[in-house]
Amino acid sequence: MLLIHCPHCGPRPEIEFVYGGQANIMRPGGAGVTDQQWADFLYARTNSKGVHAERWRHVYGCGRFFNAQRDTTTDQFVDSSGPRT
Amino acid sequence: MRSFSGFSLLWGGLTGHKHWRQQWRSPEPKSSYDAVIVGAGGHGLAAAYYLASEHGLRNIAVLEKGWLGGGNTGRNTTVIRSNYLFDESAALYDHALKIWEDLTQKLNYNLMFSQRGVMMLCHTVHDVQVFKRHVHANRANGVDNEWLTPEQAREFCPPLVTGSQLRYPVLGAALQRRGGTARHDAVAWGYARAADALGVDIIENCEVTGIRCDGKGAVAALETTRGLIHAQKVGVSAAGHTSVVMGMVGVRLPIESFPLQALVSEPVKPIFPCVVMSNTIHAYISQSDKGELVIGASTDAYTSYTQRGALHVNMHTLAAVCELFPMFRRLRMLRNWGGIVDVTPDRSPIIAKTPVPGLYVNCGWGTGGFKATPGAGHLLAWTMAHDAPHPINAPFTIERFRDGYLIDEAAAAAVSH
Repeated sequence: MLLIHCPHCGPRPEIEFVYGGQANIMRPGGAGVTDQQWADFLYARTNSKGVHAERWRHVYGCGRFFNAQRDTTTDQFVDSSGPRT
Repeated sequence: MRSFSGFSLLWGGLTGHKHWRQQWRSPEPKSSYDAVIVGAGGHGLAAAYYLASEHGLRNIAVLEKGWLGGGNTGRNTTVIRSNYLFDESAALYDHALKIWEDLTQKLNYNLMFSQRGVMMLCHTVHDVQVFKRHVHANRANGVDNEWLTPEQAREFCPPLVTGSQLRYPVLGAALQRRGGTARHDAVAWGYARAADALGVDIIENCEVTGIRCDGKGAVAALETTRGLIHAQKVGVSAAGHTSVVMGMVGVRLPIESFPLQALVSEPVKPIFPCVVMSNTIHAYISQSDKGELVIGASTDAYTSYTQRGALHVNMHTLAAVCELFPMFRRLRMLRNWGGIVDVTPDRSPIIAKTPVPGLYVNCGWGTGGFKATPGAGHLLAWTMAHDAPHPINAPFTIERFRDGYLIDEAAAAAVSH
């Protein structure tokens, strides 16, 4: 089980959190959005092997979202103090 | 290739078992092949075998970064079934199941394929409605599946407790009698031996580190840890590492890699006659021919490439198993492990051409790739040989996510993904 550092509550066990997937995916805007751009937004993921920017929500704690960076080859958190997005 | 038979086994036994030979070669990679498969798991080896046996290609290599069958082929729970809800999925998985049924004879290799039946339990009114829908949809598609009352379920699997003492009593079950298990390693070994006999080079410890394209953007060569290998057709069958390989040519896929765990108990005498799975409380159990109870957990919550997961995920499954089968409460667990599974948003696979000419991909099997091993290999081989999909895998494209033709088995899954 991962020990996840919530930027608001401190280190807590993984079961207090839900995973929010890859971070920093921008919703395409404007009138000219193509099907491919929309599909990329909805479905395409980087699936990084290495440091991965991701979102977590401390659902059984403060309830807030935050961004973190974790190495997917070791599961070590590099940083979990990222801004809420 | 020396043919195996009852007689050869008897003769070997009488002569001190000195007749066993290496079952496939360990060749040095050549500088050029007509077709290369990336990944020597069951899927990749099957693809190479069918390219050689059905499509007349002989100059083929299978590249493997580790050892043959050392990825998810050696890490799954060996369950085979085809009772998927949608027409496209039923056709795909039943295609594989039909190949399984005489594959031992075709490969002349004992896959220990056992159609002992796969029984899926219902615990809520919603489960009952969903599984009855599955039964009817399957039968309309020519796939066997039948409805069992709790009494019939218990008769089919005597260790099962169905009574009202359960937190979630068993309200019925769907049974696919043609489903069952096979020996997972033997599948890889059988395909490797048969493909090698047809001249396929299986090259282990050979990791692909780059993909080179020609002036027109088509695949030209693979950079590997054992040198440059030229090929006009490349099939990627790399499971959890598909995104890594496809990223080498800038192709992003709708895939995320998650750890999926399984565990086995200490071996006991034959006690468990079938495969039982329960979506609602996540029990997933069968017994191997060695006697171990083989138990599948769910995926961990987060993406990872570590081939390990968290203990609480296994504990969740064990609690459900002990509730349904109280006799197993005192069994000790022998070992657990994780594999990295490539999960698509609709939980259906991709067997398709890619935006790069000459590059094909077989991926996205998520938590259920083992059962499809022969079918996936057969269809990847067909797609590579014809540069066009077989009618069965035609719906399983990458573009379905752009065009809105998802095959949403995620909502219809047997066990939560």
